[in-house]
Amino acid sequence: MDGMLALYIFMLAAFTGYEVISRVPVILHTPLMSGSNFVHGVVLVGGMIALGQAETPLEQAIGFVAVLLGAANAAGGYVVTERMLAMFKAKEKK
Amino acid sequence: MAIKWLIDASYFVAAILFILGLKGMSSPVSARKGIVWAGVGMVLATVVTFLTPGMNNFALMVIAIALGGAVAWISGKKVAMTDMPQMVAIYNGMGGGAAAAIAAVEFARGEMHGTVVTLLATLGALIGAVSFSGSVVAWAKLQGVMKKAFRLPAQNAVNILLALVTVAVGGAIVIAPTVDPLLVGAFFVLALLLGVIITLPIGGADMPVVISLFNAFTGLAVGFEGFVMGIPALIIAGIVVGAAGTLLTQLMAKAMNRPISNILFVPMAAAGGGEAVEGEQKEVGAMDAAALMRYASKVIIVPGYGMAVAGAQHKVWEMTELLEEAGVEVVFAIHPVAGRMPGHMNVLLAEAGVPYDKIFDLEEINGDFAQADVALVIGANDVVNPSARTDKSSPIYGMPILNADMAQNVIVVKRGKGTGYSGIENALFYKDNTRLLYGSAQQAIGEVIQHVKALSV
Repeated sequence: MDGMLALYIFMLAAFTGYEVISRVPVILHTPLMSGSNFVHGVVLVGGMIALGQAETPLEQAIGFVAVLLGAANAAGGYVVTERMLAMFKAKEKK
Repeated sequence: MAIKWLIDASYFVAAILFILGLKGMSSPVSARKGIVWAGVGMVLATVVTFLTPGMNNFALMVIAIALGGAVAWISGKKVAMTDMPQMVAIYNGMGGGAAAAIAAVEFARGEMHGTVVTLLATLGALIGAVSFSGSVVAWAKLQGVMKKAFRLPAQNAVNILLALVTVAVGGAIVIAPTVDPLLVGAFFVLALLLGVIITLPIGGADMPVVISLFNAFTGLAVGFEGFVMGIPALIIAGIVVGAAGTLLTQLMAKAMNRPISNILFVPMAAAGGGEAVEGEQKEVGAMDAAALMRYASKVIIVPGYGMAVAGAQHKVWEMTELLEEAGVEVVFAIHPVAGRMPGHMNVLLAEAGVPYDKIFDLEEINGDFAQADVALVIGANDVVNPSARTDKSSPIYGMPILNADMAQNVIVVKRGKGTGYSGIENALFYKDNTRLLYGSAQQAIGEVIQHVKALSV
């Protein structure tokens, strides 16, 4: 990938992350930490491609670990966040 | 070519869904939709990756996804809400480990194209490995597997030395014309060791900030490895989380008045003990406590981690409903670091059914304590310690606190006379208008409920 182009992506993504979070009420900090934890579970995709290109047993073994850990990050992150957010409901108006 | 286009387009959509998902999670109303959007993005990205041309090892891939996914899914479903912080820590550590492992595969393949790629792969490996081993230690501490904060002699010097050696070895890898397996192996061992050494001396009370920091670390590591693999979706998701996690870490550290450098390098106990507090703790019975609140017009409840550990949040909500039926205005005041993470207490209260519009944070409610008849402190300690305002020698001096001491009456539910988690004396407990209700939160509030019921007949 073009290094300069990647640098621009880095920069814009960093500002986006900062902006998206900056107006979050404290009550959502924990679910949000958990939710952002889920989002970086996309590392699973990188692990899959690394494993897909692996040739020697060593590469396969490390690639397997990468996919295993990535999948755990994504699945666990989703379940935990979903459970937390499921509990947020306003009092029904009477 | 069509497949390549489909994959790229799917990654693009996934990246949009991740950002929209995080955006949605920043408001209680849209939060649930947010995580579902992000989830759809994740499934989409994972499924299309199987279509990538020229890939092998599909059987291994499916086994790894099924195994890792199933174990994490089931343990995530089962974990109690009080244990949520360590679960986030361990899942986060796994993400960091995955990023480091991706770098390891690339090193093993020995096909690093150019210095920039090698540099970012190495950087991602370092950050990911530190996040992995550090998160495991954080998990072990919060889970109670590892009890004590453990300090080496000259801890800071050891930390810095180890960090410098690790960076030096990393630098050697980047400069070397070919990949040296010995050097790479040593690098990973050093990086993992560094994560352990950094996290070991940190006390449990500071752990939320550390978990948040490692969360940001993992994001960065994922972003860097995304560049190495040439997948923009990984770069975007990783860096967005890196930036958001950094901001979140700063917010938490600010709420605790503990700069991140202090948390990492200065242990709480070494900061000095603070002044001794004069006076006596005055006890109150459940019946008097019940009467005090039943005939109050406004009660502010300050819940702390002690309440959550006792599992008393359901009882507290039951009591709140009883008091409200009797015409008392009851609200909850939450300190930013109540519980083990910012917002953790809100989650625990939400679990008990407390609507979020009855829950207020520090800035919103601090002015109201003076108008409250009763401040009911349940299992909270440092976050209501007035020494933070007055006593310069106190380790928590300067930390923003909830002004529970300004209320007409203060009732503190407490297990015993000790100083609690941080070991700091609390002047609030000795004030003239403070009464202590001894007992576990579960049992003490249970008794109060009985007496409130008796008064309401």
